[in-house]
Amino acid sequence: MIRRLLYHGGLAALAAVLLVWTLLPLFHMLVLSLTPINAIFVGKLWPDQPTVANYGIIFREENHYLGHFWRQLWNSVFVAAMSCLIVLSVATLASYAIGRLKLRFGPLVTNLSLVTYLIPAVFLAVPFYQVIAEYNLLDSLWGLVFAVVTFTTPYAIWVLRNYADSVPYELDEAAMVDGATPWQIFRLVYLPLIRPAMLAIGTFASLHAWNEYLYAFLILSNELKLTLTVTLGLFRSDDSAPWSLLMAVGVLYSIPPAALYYAVRKYMVTGLTAGGVKD
Amino acid sequence: MTSRPIPAKAAADPGVRPGGLSTDAAWGVFFLLPYCVVFMLFVVYPIGYAAWLATDKASYVKLFDDPIYWRTAWNTLVFLVVGVNLKMILALFLSGFFALPYLWVRIVGVLFILPWAVPHIPSIMSIRWMLNSEWGMINVLLFDLFGIIGPTWLTDPRYGLGAIIVVHIWKYLPFWTMILVAGRMAIPRDLYEAAMIDGTGPVQRFRFVTFPQLKALFLTSTMLTTIWSLGDFNSVYLLTGGGPGDRTNTLATMGIRYAFRQADFKAGTVTMVSALPVLIPLVILLTCRLAANRRRP
Repeated sequence: MIRRLLYHGGLAALAAVLLVWTLLPLFHMLVLSLTPINAIFVGKLWPDQPTVANYGIIFREENHYLGHFWRQLWNSVFVAAMSCLIVLSVATLASYAIGRLKLRFGPLVTNLSLVTYLIPAVFLAVPFYQVIAEYNLLDSLWGLVFAVVTFTTPYAIWVLRNYADSVPYELDEAAMVDGATPWQIFRLVYLPLIRPAMLAIGTFASLHAWNEYLYAFLILSNELKLTLTVTLGLFRSDDSAPWSLLMAVGVLYSIPPAALYYAVRKYMVTGLTAGGVKD
Repeated sequence: MTSRPIPAKAAADPGVRPGGLSTDAAWGVFFLLPYCVVFMLFVVYPIGYAAWLATDKASYVKLFDDPIYWRTAWNTLVFLVVGVNLKMILALFLSGFFALPYLWVRIVGVLFILPWAVPHIPSIMSIRWMLNSEWGMINVLLFDLFGIIGPTWLTDPRYGLGAIIVVHIWKYLPFWTMILVAGRMAIPRDLYEAAMIDGTGPVQRFRFVTFPQLKALFLTSTMLTTIWSLGDFNSVYLLTGGGPGDRTNTLATMGIRYAFRQADFKAGTVTMVSALPVLIPLVILLTCRLAANRRRP
């Protein structure tokens, strides 16, 4: 009896510590976002006069740090959507070629893309920046889209390919006997069957694009071209900047990816177990 | 195996060219072309360019003469050894907690994954403000509760690197915990039942059942997170910016600093290249491991 009590008490204590550890920085973000701009220098657990005025200032673009809030939000959405679309197209096509057409150089492509997936993106940042400059894509959202595509497609191929292995190949063969071309099989047999993995990969690519900081910060410089992550990063060098506004943007910026993640969690787990792991 | 059904029929069918393999290969090229274009333009070309930049001997001399470089290399080592091990040991321990079959533990698990689900940048900025020595929440609480005047977390290099490691763990611990939870769930229940019949305690069950079953996954995960931690730019750059006095840089931020603050692309590239002796063996090992895992049914 006492042992059981101790056991459950211990578990509850552990859970309490974990929750404080996990939620404190996020709670702090929320608290600051509700604190009037001139009242943030107190470190309170809850503001004396909580207000949502900061959100209004952001929506009306009244602070020069966030003078292009809507435009930059749109940029983030655009990059996420385009990255998602291109990653899905490129990766489904490639995974079909590697997994279904059984090409002789299929394994080579798999391994090459695996290597790309393993190397951290920052290690390619310097030459990548120069190459982007050469392609005339500096300060263009497409430059950022291609950066995201480059670093997420390998993982996408890997996951799709592994997932496709669980789909019976007999369906392809049946379609072939009926005289379908590989393109028809791809569209009518393959794509419908791998839809759960595509959902996981699409989410993964959009989240990756939405959260990307380093490449956005290197490639984009014009205020009208920045994504919101870069604007958030600008506050880094300035303690006198309106941090309440920064945190309010942080709250707004965190909600869509968190919601998306929880909505497709089931599929993400499928994707993750099919493809090993990726953070 | 391949998509050629019955050779005799194919030969008789006028729609199929003689030598169906070349048609297959043509289709293969068609499907692979988009990825090959991306790979050539954005992977092969930059890597080739980097290889050319990295042939500059003067940059190696510049780097190895720069005391900040050695400080950075040391920081990177500390970050990897302490950060990765602490994170993975905690993840292994916590995965035991989150694998418990209670509903409330599952709910805690859903909240616990939040740091991984929300974008990195706002959370780091939030923690940065919390750690502000004068008006951050942490030092205010320390003073109010215990009367302690907290240290200057981010402007003291000793604490700065510690803060970076803490933020890194805060962000990535949930993910690896969940991976190990999934690993634990896959262990057959009857192994535990057999161990219970043998009268083993929880420690022995962990040692003789859980850990041997989890070892391969744990090792792969540790290697993966070592590589990715090496590439964790955000935690360092947004928290301390490598400061004060460039004493909390890691190789990731140092390379960017050389290239973009000093406009020395060669030194920047060479900084990244100097991590290759660690990176290449890990990448090769992992490629083999992951490819082998895939082939296993």
